[in-house]
Amino acid sequence: MRSWSVRHARGLTTIYAGVEAILVKLHPLLRRIGYARLEKPVFAVEKLAKGFLFDSQSCGQCVVGSTGLSCPMNCPKKLRNGPCGGVRMNGKCEIYADIDCVWVLAWEGNKRLKSSEYPIQFVQPAIDNRLAGSSAWLREVRSKVGSVSNEI
Amino acid sequence: MKFDDEPLISGENLPIRPQHASPGRLERVLRAGGFAVTAEIAPPDSADPLEVYERAALFDGYVDAINATDGSGAHCHMSSVGMCSLLTRRGYAMVMQVSCRDRNRIAIQGDVLGAAAMGVSNILCLTGDGVQAGDHPEAKPVFDLDSMSTLNMLRGMRDDHQFLSGRQLTSPPRVFLGAAANPFAPPLDYRPLRLAKKIEAGAQFIQTQYCFDIERFRNYMDAVRDAGSHEKVFILAGVGPLASARSAEWIRNNVPGVHIPDTVVRRLRAADDQKEEGVQICVDLIQEMQEIEGVHGVHIMAFRQEHRVAEIVERSGVLGGRVPWHPGAALNN
Ligand code: SF4
Repeated sequence: MRSWSVRHARGLTTIYAGVEAILVKLHPLLRRIGYARLEKPVFAVEKLAKGFLFDSQSCGQCVVGSTGLSCPMNCPKKLRNGPCGGVRMNGKCEIYADIDCVWVLAWEGNKRLKSSEYPIQFVQPAIDNRLAGSSAWLREVRSKVGSVSNEI
Repeated sequence: MKFDDEPLISGENLPIRPQHASPGRLERVLRAGGFAVTAEIAPPDSADPLEVYERAALFDGYVDAINATDGSGAHCHMSSVGMCSLLTRRGYAMVMQVSCRDRNRIAIQGDVLGAAAMGVSNILCLTGDGVQAGDHPEAKPVFDLDSMSTLNMLRGMRDDHQFLSGRQLTSPPRVFLGAAANPFAPPLDYRPLRLAKKIEAGAQFIQTQYCFDIERFRNYMDAVRDAGSHEKVFILAGVGPLASARSAEWIRNNVPGVHIPDTVVRRLRAADDQKEEGVQICVDLIQEMQEIEGVHGVHIMAFRQEHRVAEIVERSGVLGGRVPWHPGAALNN
């Protein structure tokens, strides 16, 4: 499934952006219900969808938009900024010879995106380890509408 | 080799020139357009400082800086901080390697402050091999950061005078920031872009993985020059002597990220004295590297053959008569 998602990176990235846009539009409603109350159910849906599509590890600060939809938290070194120097000649992971290097997949996905600038080139900051297991979607919506808050 | 603003106490760091990041000799040589030579020192499995000094002395007069590895291959040895602490006391120019495998951001930032205070002027930011590759596969891999976020973080400490948390530093670490590159690992077409990304994250010099495949390396450098990266970063090509055809084969099958082409293995196998041929191949490679536009030096990793580094550099002639600083140099010059 993970490879399928990467192969269909272009379409899925559009849909993914669409889901985000809808959530942003729903912001007034979401706020009324209360983000705190939504956290659990939204996280459950998000985990299910992203788990199915990208083998998401739910780090809570999703970057699959810039990885060509390959979840980098599946990299045994948890690299968020591209492939290490140990990738095997056949594209398999240095550490587990039987899994595809997630960053080789990510690069394939990137090349399928219609954009002159590869999103993989964006330097991802150090991960916030507190956010593991929380909803990246809701965080994204809140930051997009301006009520930036990392509180859950 | 002496700089015109050489400090009175031999081996002290140099004054920091405008546009320079560090007081180190490596940055000076590179920015002055010199072809730099660095070498990796083997860290001992010992608490004896003499072993460290003896190993460093092997390079005296032939290298511009010494790399202290940080648990390379995920094997436990004396730490890079420890090695740097000992060797900076003698005035050696050090490249302190920092791997993300064993320490989180709190430890790394603290170590870099300590290192800079001791006189370390160069930091090489690495992701590090997985613990599975080493002698403690049951250890917890940390990987709180990756090489990019480490570069970014250290640049912030140096240029913005703050920790990653935003807390202020009273005196920043004046360090020349480096990163590794492997031109030979898949995805090959992404590797030049990855180099550009490391520059973006803060890399000022690059030390590459072993380059045995000069053709492929030339192609890589073509792409690097097309992107203009060779003007934004100093690239030191990784080289080293292979002990025999058998060991070359073992390395390429077992050490992650090392690519050795068949031509090299065949050349070794055909030789009467394979060890000598390994040294000759290394000398040839260094000379070829010097001809490639955008290559600013070589980084010698002479695993278990550190005693041959001086001879290799001498035979290559790349220093052109320049004698890099070493303890006792002041007396000789
Ligand atoms: S080979 Fe790929 S998946 Fe494996 S550790 Fe390196 S970057 Fe991560």
